[in-house]
Amino acid sequence: MNPVATPFFFYLLSTLAILGGVMVIVRRNAVHSAIALIVTLLSVAGLYLMLYAPFVAGVQIIVYAGGIMVLFLFVIMLVNIDRSMKERAFNKQWWIAIAAAVALGALFVSVFVKSKGLFPERGLPLAEESNTQQIGLYLYGNYMFAFEIASLLLLVAIIGAVVMAKKRI
Amino acid sequence: MPENYIVRYLPLLFHMLIAAVLAGGMVVLSYFVGYRRPTRAKMSPYECGMTPVGDARGRFSVKFYLVAMLFILFDVEAVFLYPWAVILRQLKMFGFYEMMVYIGIVLVGLFYVWKKGVLDWNQTSTRRGTI
Amino acid sequence: MLSIQTFLIVAVIKTLIALVVLLTAVAYTVWLERKVVGHMQNRWGPTRVGPFGLLQPLADGLKFILKEDLTPPHVNKPLYIAAPIIAMVFAITSIAVIPFGNPITVFGKQIPLQIADVNIGLLIILGITSMGVYGVALAGWSSNNKYSLLGGLRASAQMVSYEISLGLSLIGVLILAGSFSLKDIVDAQSGVFWGFIPKWNIFQGQIIAFFIYLCSAYAETNRIPFDLPEAETELVAGYHTEYSSMKFAMFFISEYANMMTVACLATILFLGGWHGPMFGPALLQAVLPLVWFGLKVFCFLFLYIWVRGTLPRFRYDQLMAFGWKFLLPLAIANLVITALVVAWTA
Repeated sequence: MNPVATPFFFYLLSTLAILGGVMVIVRRNAVHSAIALIVTLLSVAGLYLMLYAPFVAGVQIIVYAGGIMVLFLFVIMLVNIDRSMKERAFNKQWWIAIAAAVALGALFVSVFVKSKGLFPERGLPLAEESNTQQIGLYLYGNYMFAFEIASLLLLVAIIGAVVMAKKRI
Repeated sequence: MPENYIVRYLPLLFHMLIAAVLAGGMVVLSYFVGYRRPTRAKMSPYECGMTPVGDARGRFSVKFYLVAMLFILFDVEAVFLYPWAVILRQLKMFGFYEMMVYIGIVLVGLFYVWKKGVLDWNQTSTRRGTI
Repeated sequence: MLSIQTFLIVAVIKTLIALVVLLTAVAYTVWLERKVVGHMQNRWGPTRVGPFGLLQPLADGLKFILKEDLTPPHVNKPLYIAAPIIAMVFAITSIAVIPFGNPITVFGKQIPLQIADVNIGLLIILGITSMGVYGVALAGWSSNNKYSLLGGLRASAQMVSYEISLGLSLIGVLILAGSFSLKDIVDAQSGVFWGFIPKWNIFQGQIIAFFIYLCSAYAETNRIPFDLPEAETELVAGYHTEYSSMKFAMFFISEYANMMTVACLATILFLGGWHGPMFGPALLQAVLPLVWFGLKVFCFLFLYIWVRGTLPRFRYDQLMAFGWKFLLPLAIANLVITALVVAWTA
C-alpha cells in the first residue's frame, strides 16, 4: 500500500489548526475559544501522526487536549464570563500584534527558502511497531538526566499550584 | 512497512466521522420529529418548581481548579511511565532504580499536597479556612 | 495484502457492524439492568412490551424520538447542542481500536477483527477517555442551571481524579506485555501455567491492579457507588437536568457505551481477551473466541449491575479521598512491586 493523499491530509490538518487558532482570538466567548484551541491541539496531534510519531501524537491528545484544556475550561468557568463578554475583544495593540505575526512568518519563510539542503530532506522514520520502544530507549538511556530533572519540575509545579491557591500556607 | 502506516489510522478517522454523522443525525431527527409546545414555565431554568433566583454564572470553590492542576501533573507523570513500562525488560534493574528516583521525587509532592489538606473535601478542613 | 480501496471499504463495513452491535448491546444492557435490579429488589422489571419486556428498548427509543425537544432560551445554544454530540462521538469511538479476536480469513483474505489495527491502541483509548470529560463539562456549563453546573463540575473533577489511578493501574499490564498494542497484550496472556491456571494478567499478580481498574472505571463512567454527578437527591439529574428528548438519550447512550468500552478493556487487559478452552469441530473453534470474549464482557457488565443493586452512594469528600489517598498510592505501590519482580527476573 502506498501513502494515500498525504498532501491532502497535511493541508486539511494545517487548515484546521490555523482556523482553530484564529477562532481562539476572535471569539468573544472564552469557552468557545477553549473549544477552538482543542480543535487546534487535535489537528497538531494529527500532524505528529503524519510525521511518524504516533507516541507523541497520543501524548499530545492525553496531556494537552485532555488534561491542560480541562484546567483552562475550569479556570474560564471560574470567572464571570458575561462581564468579560461585554468587553472589547481587540484593543489598540492589534495592529502591532499583526505586524509581529507577519514578521515572524516572514522569518520562517526566509529560513525555509534559504536553508534548502541544510536540513535533511526527510528524517529516517522509525517503524510504527517500535516507535514507543525507541523513544523509551533514548529517554531512559541517553537522556536519563533530563528525565530525572522532569520529576523535579513536576515537584516544583505541585508546590506552586498549592501555594497559589491556598489562603494560608 | 513505513509506507502504509498512515493508512492504518484512516479507519479510526472514518469511524469518528460515521459516529459524528450518527450523533448529529439523532439531534436533527428529534428536532424535526418531536413536537414543540413551549410555555413560560417550561422555558425557565429547572429549580424544582421554584422561581429561579439569579443565574448559574457564579463562582465556585478553588478546589476544582486545584484538582485539575494536580491531574495534569500526575498525568504527565503517568505519561513518562508508559514508554518505561514497555521496555522495562530491556532496561533491567537500572531502569527500576532510575524510575524509583523519579517516583520518589513526585511522591514527595503528593505527600506535601496531602499534608497541606488539598485532598480533604470535608467540612472540618473548610471550616479551618485553610483553603 | 488487500488493495487500499478494499481495505477502506472493509473498514467502513466493520465500523457499521460494530456500531450496530454496540448500540444494540447498549439498548439491551439497559434492559438487563432494569430486569436484574428489579429482581434484586423483589420487583419484575419491564414485562409489558413483548415477552419478558424484550421489546422495551425499542419502545424507549421510539418514545425518546417523539418527545418534546426543548431548548430553553437561557442556554448557550451552540454548546448546548454540541455537548451531547461530543459526549456520544467520543463514547462510541473507543470501540474502534478494540480487537475482538484473531484475524479471520474471508474469501482467502485475512481480515482482523478490529476496525483500526494500530500499535498505540491503549494510548488512543486513554486519549479518547480524557476527551470524554468535555461533553459532561460543557453540558453542565452551557445549560446555565445551578444543578447542571454543579453536576458538570463534580463529574469532571471526579473523572479527571480517577483517570490518574486508571492510567497507573494499566502500567503493571504494560510491564508484563511490553507493548501498547491491545492484540499483543492479549497474546501475552495465552497459555496456562501449572497445567490448569490460565495465564491471564489477573492471575499473574495483577489482581490489585484489576481492583484499582474496577473502582476507577466505575468512577470514570459515573456509576454507583460513584454516581455523584447525578445524585438525584441533591442535584436533580446533574449535568443533564436541562436536556430532554433525544439529547438526553444521547447522554444515556454514551454512559452505557462507555461501560461497554470499559468492560471490553478489562477483558483485554486483565481477563485474557478471547482466550479460553478450545474444543469441538473447526467451525465451532472459529466462533469460540468471540463467545469467550462476549461472555467475559457480559460478566463484567453483570458485576456493574450487581454493584448498582447492592452499594449505596459515596459522599463527595469520601469519593475524593478514596481516589487520591487510597487508590493512587495503591496503584503506585502495585506498579513498583510489579516492576521490581519483572526487572529482577529479566
